[in-house]
Amino acid sequence: MALSPSIALAGSADAAGASSFWRDAWRRLRQNKLAVFGLGLLSVLGALCFASFLWPNLTGFNYGQQNLALGPVPPNRLHWLGTDPLGRDLLARLLYGGGISLTVGLCATAVSLTIGVIYGAIAGFAGGKLDMVMMRLVDILYALPFAIFVILLMVFFGQNFILLFLAIGAVEWLTMARIVRGQVLTVKQQEFIEAAHALGLREGRIIFRHIVPNLLGPIIVYATLTVPEVIILESFLSFLGLGVQPPHSSWGVLIKEGAEVMEEYPWLLIYPGAVMTLTLFSLNFLGDGLRDALDVRGSKD
Amino acid sequence: MSLLAVENLSVSFHTRHGVVRAVQDVSFQLERGQTLGIVGESGSGKSVTCYSIMGLVPQPPGRTEAGRALFDGVDLLSCPRRRLNRIRGARLSMIFQDAMTSLNPFLRIGDQLIEPLMIHEKVARPAAIARALAMLDAAGIADAERRLKMFPHEFSGGMRQRVMIAMALITKPDLLIADEPTTALDVTVQAQILELIRKMQRELGMAVILVSHDLGIVAGFCDRVMVMYAGRVMESAPIDDLFYDTKHPYTRGLRNSIPALQMKGGELHVIPGQPPDPHHALPGCPFAPRCAQAVDYCATEEIRLLETAPNHRTACLRVQKEGMPV
Repeated sequence: MALSPSIALAGSADAAGASSFWRDAWRRLRQNKLAVFGLGLLSVLGALCFASFLWPNLTGFNYGQQNLALGPVPPNRLHWLGTDPLGRDLLARLLYGGGISLTVGLCATAVSLTIGVIYGAIAGFAGGKLDMVMMRLVDILYALPFAIFVILLMVFFGQNFILLFLAIGAVEWLTMARIVRGQVLTVKQQEFIEAAHALGLREGRIIFRHIVPNLLGPIIVYATLTVPEVIILESFLSFLGLGVQPPHSSWGVLIKEGAEVMEEYPWLLIYPGAVMTLTLFSLNFLGDGLRDALDVRGSKD
Repeated sequence: MSLLAVENLSVSFHTRHGVVRAVQDVSFQLERGQTLGIVGESGSGKSVTCYSIMGLVPQPPGRTEAGRALFDGVDLLSCPRRRLNRIRGARLSMIFQDAMTSLNPFLRIGDQLIEPLMIHEKVARPAAIARALAMLDAAGIADAERRLKMFPHEFSGGMRQRVMIAMALITKPDLLIADEPTTALDVTVQAQILELIRKMQRELGMAVILVSHDLGIVAGFCDRVMVMYAGRVMESAPIDDLFYDTKHPYTRGLRNSIPALQMKGGELHVIPGQPPDPHHALPGCPFAPRCAQAVDYCATEEIRLLETAPNHRTACLRVQKEGMPV
């Protein structure tokens, strides 16, 4: 009984400690107006997109529903963002496409993040021959033309939505691995890593508990840059007919179609372009804000 | 059996510009509870000696050319990494010169403090935190409970060194290696930190290796002192013998260079010349070019550390051949 108060105390102190790291980060994030704006815009957009994914008739029109008699009309009270040459409602297609684009972007980034960080951290930490072999492998994969790589994947595994972002993630991790490796090389020479060795910590623990958290800044910034890059890659694949298939839509598909007819029906390019631009801006602002918020030293500097 | 017995340790660095022999033929013993001071100027090999005992010399470019470091019978230099990891941090701890950079900036003090406990003793988190609290208290950090949740940048240099000491000692090690623990600190804090190490040593009964370039600090702290120069041990003796019965001209030069021991207003004593270039090993005694007592054979004959008086070892050839040259 005499012991329990101190344990309870320690336990509660611990719980408060664990949560307040995130609370502190959240507080710092909220002070950054641009980041809050980015986060807000992304949440609204994301919610709308995924809602239309679940209920395709959210806007009153289905993304694939054609109206050839109507044809392309500019924005009006019925079709808020107008229609395309097949008479399909642009708003419905934009939201539905956003769902696909964002999913691809986030999933592929997550894949590239996981592989890249683990791979780069191990290569950088091990150094020497292992590092050389691992990074030369990255160089070789870099040299492979991306399109051929994806086409090969599609041929072997069939066309599949999941596979699309796996393929993109499997390409994007190369840069992440290089960035992480470079950062690990500098961090591992610092004294607190020496101190961690001196404490008898295992290498895996040193890598993932002591080194990787120190890389959060560059990792987050690069991840937020990867999301838009992936969205654009997806549109490139769709353009080649390897990505999203009609009648499905994605932002890349919409922009591509809009660009073809921009002189006749400019709204088909302007709205998807504007939405995608806003998304990418928001992601970058949010990334900047996150980097600052997650840096524990940020409160001091 | 001694707690730590280093035998004929030689470490070199193979760089692009040739081989640097950082430590040559260093031997010493340390008993439980004893304090050994290692003194020397920058580049004399004192830190490399400690780092290689801890297995912290990066290999490559570093290479242990010869020797053993028996810690309680286990050779730290050749035992598998897994075994080394069970010893260091648990029974063998080290604190570093620069406390400002020795703590992980991204982890809370509390998390870093309990890490050795959770790894080496598999203590549950609440119990580990309770011990961390007690340890911070003992290390002289007030308001320890609040401090546990803080990050390193919220601490001053002296406070961080206290945290480092608490972290090194939380597993109650048998041996603490302190590599210039006060060099980066203010003079006022230096004394406090040394006092803290001494207090902890008394409480835990551990042995301490104190590395310093300041003979004055070592004088008040150690049982035995080892003076190193250019990677070699020049003289090794109990502290009183080293000060009052100095054999080696280099030690004498160091002793005379302590400003506090000199007349006020007088010119400060310096040892003329520079330490030898470690890339070009010369034959003979490495100190010979700077030594006022050097004679012709000093520059040609190989030096060895020999006992010239009971418990007092010197590498000076003239002392060995002719007794005490003053």
